Amino acid sequence: MADVKLLNTLDMARFVADGYLRFDAVVPDEINRGVLEELSALLGKPSDDPAEFQPRSGTPLSECYPQDSALRRVYELPEIAGAIRSLAGSDPTFDHHAIHFNPAGSPRIQDLHCDAAIDSFDPTFDIQLFYFPHDVGEGEGGTRFVPGSHIRNIHENSVARYQHINGEKFFAGPAGTVLIFHQGMWHAGQANPSDKTRWMFKLRLNPTEPQVRLWDTSDYDEVARGSWDHMFATTAEGDTVANRLRKMQAWSFDGEYRIETMERVRLWRYLSDDPDFDVDWYRTRIEGRAALVDGVDA
Amino acid sequence: MTIERQQVLQLYTTNSSFASNVVAWAFHDGSDGEGPGVPDRGSAAPYVTGLDALRDGWRLLQMSQLLPPREGEEHHVSYLPFEFMLERMVEVTQVVAPNGENDRGVH
Repeated sequence: MADVKLLNTLDMARFVADGYLRFDAVVPDEINRGVLEELSALLGKPSDDPAEFQPRSGTPLSECYPQDSALRRVYELPEIAGAIRSLAGSDPTFDHHAIHFNPAGSPRIQDLHCDAAIDSFDPTFDIQLFYFPHDVGEGEGGTRFVPGSHIRNIHENSVARYQHINGEKFFAGPAGTVLIFHQGMWHAGQANPSDKTRWMFKLRLNPTEPQVRLWDTSDYDEVARGSWDHMFATTAEGDTVANRLRKMQAWSFDGEYRIETMERVRLWRYLSDDPDFDVDWYRTRIEGRAALVDGVDA
Repeated sequence: MTIERQQVLQLYTTNSSFASNVVAWAFHDGSDGEGPGVPDRGSAAPYVTGLDALRDGWRLLQMSQLLPPREGEEHHVSYLPFEFMLERMVEVTQVVAPNGENDRGVH
């Protein structure tokens, strides 16, 4: 593969805690303009017309979109290709894409949802790229999303009743910005009160290999400490995986914060293949006790 | 003449106490904008705690039960667990047209 810029360990820890990564203006304007032309041509077409721009589910990403197309160039940018490889492997498969087109002044708004049925409890995950090929200003109705919601096991728009959540975000940013979401991220398209047509291109990818240590792990031993990193005992100072996984979201709460932390640790153990990794001893403690009753009819 | 319409406020708090802080909320207005709204605190919740909503005239209808997790799901998270449903009845004007119909579909 061409030049790629892999994520590092702390980037991955941010993804585990927040459920997304953001790449501001990573796509050059020339490509953004080309993508807008391609999306305009696709709008309203049948889902297989033209076939080279409408891949079938299961197609390797490396075979999606024509070689010289602007869309393909987006996913070959070193930062984007590196993030995809770090999170979903060297050649994930195309699940589906969606062209989100919202005309100026449109009141159309989606309910809060995630793009999944109730998923299995295993920690594997798809990624979804949300690419904004033009500027989206504050208050112009960019995608609403709830950082940290990705580890909550819910079904599609069953979360629609949450009209407002502390700390939720409404995307605003420069042209060429890409958000990469964990599949479980709660999100919703918003009305477009601006006087400009709004476009957003979404691409969902399925990993085809274990999502284990696919990133640049050269910093791993420095920032991922042992399970002794315990907030009530000895806590490592500085920017570490544990400190990133301790992040309390604005909408999070004392009632479940520790379980959220345990869920992040579960995801981190999968990604790092580090079964002893822990934050604040929560999993280590119960695993130690479980060993005491092995073979005992307790 | 005036008629009553219901407003519903859903609050989600940081723990099972109604006096704990609000982290999420929703407002449904049966008066279709004719009755009072909720306090505008920008992006913050309209009330700091559930108790603050009571003090502003809301009535508590229901709070979520405290249910133990099912075996095997002790360390998973899902929906926001601490939900409080409140209501407020407000008076709205019923405009009756000469033909006996009105703009709210009430006869």
